[in-house]
Amino acid sequence: MAEFEPKIVAFVCNWCTYAGADLTGTSRIKYASNVRIVRFPCTGRIDYMLLLKAFDEGADGIIVSGCHPNDCHYTSGNFHARRRWIMFRSLCDFTGIDTERIKFSWVSAAEGAKWADIVNATVASVRELGPYSEYKKVAKYPEREVSHG
Amino acid sequence: MSKIGVFVCHCGENISATVDCAKVAETVGNYDGVAFSVDYTYMCSDPGQNLIKSAIKEKGLTGVVVASCSPRMHEPTFRKACAEAGLNPFMCEMANLREHCSWVHDKGEATTEKAIDLVRILVEKVKYNHSLNDIKVPVTKTALVIGGGIAGIQASLDIANTGHKVILIEKDPSIGGHMSQLSETFPTLDCSQCILTPRMVEVAQHPNITLYTYAELESLEGFIGNFKAKIRKKSKSLDEKLCTGCGLCTTKCPVKKIPSEFNEGLGKRTAIYVPFPQAIPNKPVIDRINCTYYIKGKCKVCEIVCPTKAIRFDQEDEIVEAEVGAIVISTGFTVKQPDFFPEYGYGKYPDVITGLQFERLASASGPTLGEIRRPSDGKVPEKIVFLACAGSRDPAKGIPYCSKICCMYIAKHAMLYQHKVHGGKSYVFYMDIRAGGKMYEEFVRRAIEDDGVNYVRGRVSRIYEKNGKLIVSGADTLLNAMPVEIEADMVVLATAGVANEGAEELAQKLHISYDPYKFFAEAHPKLKPVETNTAGIFLAGACQAPRDIPESVAMASGAAVKVAGLFSQDELTREPIIAVVNRQAAPVYSSCVGCFLCVSACPYQAIEKEEIKNRNGEVIKSMAKVNPGLCQGCGTCVAFCRTKSIDIQGYTHEQMYTEVMALLNEY
Repeated sequence: MAEFEPKIVAFVCNWCTYAGADLTGTSRIKYASNVRIVRFPCTGRIDYMLLLKAFDEGADGIIVSGCHPNDCHYTSGNFHARRRWIMFRSLCDFTGIDTERIKFSWVSAAEGAKWADIVNATVASVRELGPYSEYKKVAKYPEREVSHG
Repeated sequence: MSKIGVFVCHCGENISATVDCAKVAETVGNYDGVAFSVDYTYMCSDPGQNLIKSAIKEKGLTGVVVASCSPRMHEPTFRKACAEAGLNPFMCEMANLREHCSWVHDKGEATTEKAIDLVRILVEKVKYNHSLNDIKVPVTKTALVIGGGIAGIQASLDIANTGHKVILIEKDPSIGGHMSQLSETFPTLDCSQCILTPRMVEVAQHPNITLYTYAELESLEGFIGNFKAKIRKKSKSLDEKLCTGCGLCTTKCPVKKIPSEFNEGLGKRTAIYVPFPQAIPNKPVIDRINCTYYIKGKCKVCEIVCPTKAIRFDQEDEIVEAEVGAIVISTGFTVKQPDFFPEYGYGKYPDVITGLQFERLASASGPTLGEIRRPSDGKVPEKIVFLACAGSRDPAKGIPYCSKICCMYIAKHAMLYQHKVHGGKSYVFYMDIRAGGKMYEEFVRRAIEDDGVNYVRGRVSRIYEKNGKLIVSGADTLLNAMPVEIEADMVVLATAGVANEGAEELAQKLHISYDPYKFFAEAHPKLKPVETNTAGIFLAGACQAPRDIPESVAMASGAAVKVAGLFSQDELTREPIIAVVNRQAAPVYSSCVGCFLCVSACPYQAIEKEEIKNRNGEVIKSMAKVNPGLCQGCGTCVAFCRTKSIDIQGYTHEQMYTEVMALLNEY
């Protein structure tokens, strides 16, 4: 049987982590191809409901990454993201959503190698956790089938 | 119904080597709303762009997705191409197939599949893009230059000479910076003061330059073209309008033994002082920490002797508010201080000095009037040792970089010593000689060959005192690491150039980034060396990295041209990626409930309170409103909003949710 290939969604800011991932590319550092990057202006823009939406849609793991503290292009967006993550994490713990599947990190525009490491580490850990079938079971609520009509 | 065109680029072989571009174009071509799909070798080339333009015109495309390199690279290129073909530029999106896919994954089906996914999410996003128009903002045509060293002086003069106003602020009582402390300059050995002081006078007399010395930046708000700076003019305890600069007060002041900053501690100054005779402005300030009046409450000798009654003991700091359109930072550098070199005995032995202190000894205006005399007993040193890389290129000291100027100034110091002390012997311990620059290598050769300076390749492990001599103990690595001991009378350390102490704090005030060494970060190491990541803020000189005088001046002129270019426009065009609060017809007006959480989230104070009133002038609704001039488009407010009433153009809720939903859905 082929190895389980987790689906990972990355929510990154435009100025640090997106640019850092660009640097991974220009430095030709290879990493696992399981990740799909969604670009935001700032981690402060990330509405954490989007994370749940990604799980709804079948994601097995999520990466949220922005500028290091004090390096936010917009001064403080990453601090808001961090504070929101702390709240969101306890909400997840409360509701039973597996926070092991969400990786929160800082990757600067100069840390191409770190981006590759984070993706590889997340893919490896989520691969070990297996598909997020528990969430998918709950998420398949009946109205969903007609909601696109 | 959307009509979207997808353009898949091979980027030569950069993408096509690992991604099956034809398959991507074919698969995506079958998606709903995709009217045209094609792959091509170089999308950014002229024929590539023409392909996009003609498809827009012929197929009547309503949206474009270019699947090529990073949008950080070519988004402006393709948006411009779309605009030229009559499509709103914000209807164009880019899928990053190169940096985020082809370059980081091996060839295979998974890589092509990822490429298809990346294109698909942007196809779905573009369906929800809206035509946006650029925002015009006015430009305040006044520049603020922070730091009055040679870089700040040059930048101020260059900007002022283009006809624009300049405010130059300097934290010390005089402009001039480190260059005013130097004796002579490499590689020509012309006197530093002689070339600098005319420039300083020019600054003081220029009708377009307002000079604030003894002043620092208090805070900064705003954005490119529209900054609001608060400048703290520290109290000089002096009415500058009345003071004539006669200097009587400085001769009568009873506190005479304060180490002079200008002379790097080798000379003394009074509590009311002018840093050096050629200072601009040539008017004294009172150093309140050392002044007897401020310590004990009596003295006032300066007030008594002042012929124009200009002394003001009760003067307070003044905050000046200034509106400026651009900022040049030229705050320079500093050198590592005593505690950094315990093994070299700096601070313990008075005759171990820094390069800057040697400059003062060699300077005709210095404490010894240009004679090389050692600080301990005033004797002329017969043997002198210069240590290159004192701190620099030493990862163990936390300074792995090369301080760049030391190789050259050490050669200059040794040369000056040989010229002034006939029969003296000078030694230079070095790791490598880095003399890259016009006439630089020739200059070092002159020191070695014509002036007989002894260069020893190797590092010094320790300096200690024995029988009144400083024993410099090192190794000569060109002689098989043979131990070398030199009995010197004086040792000069070429101390590492480091960022100023307050650099981090200033960077945070200005919202610019800095590198691990606290030097300010340029926007691009090669192509944008004088820009910062914050639009409208530029860098000049050694605040960005160690720089010599010609480089600082060149950078300053470069920054000045950038400022002049900015000021050549009456209005600036800004991207319309900003937040907006939704508006609806009366009686709802907006879904905003007026909780103003967004106000607390906004780092730019861009959200205001808007009140809607009825005919009687009564407030019937209070809601948020975004100032498009201040909003920078971070979107922090969007994630905060409980009623989803505020949204950010270009990254709307619709677009982001659509992207996430398109990510993983199997088609």
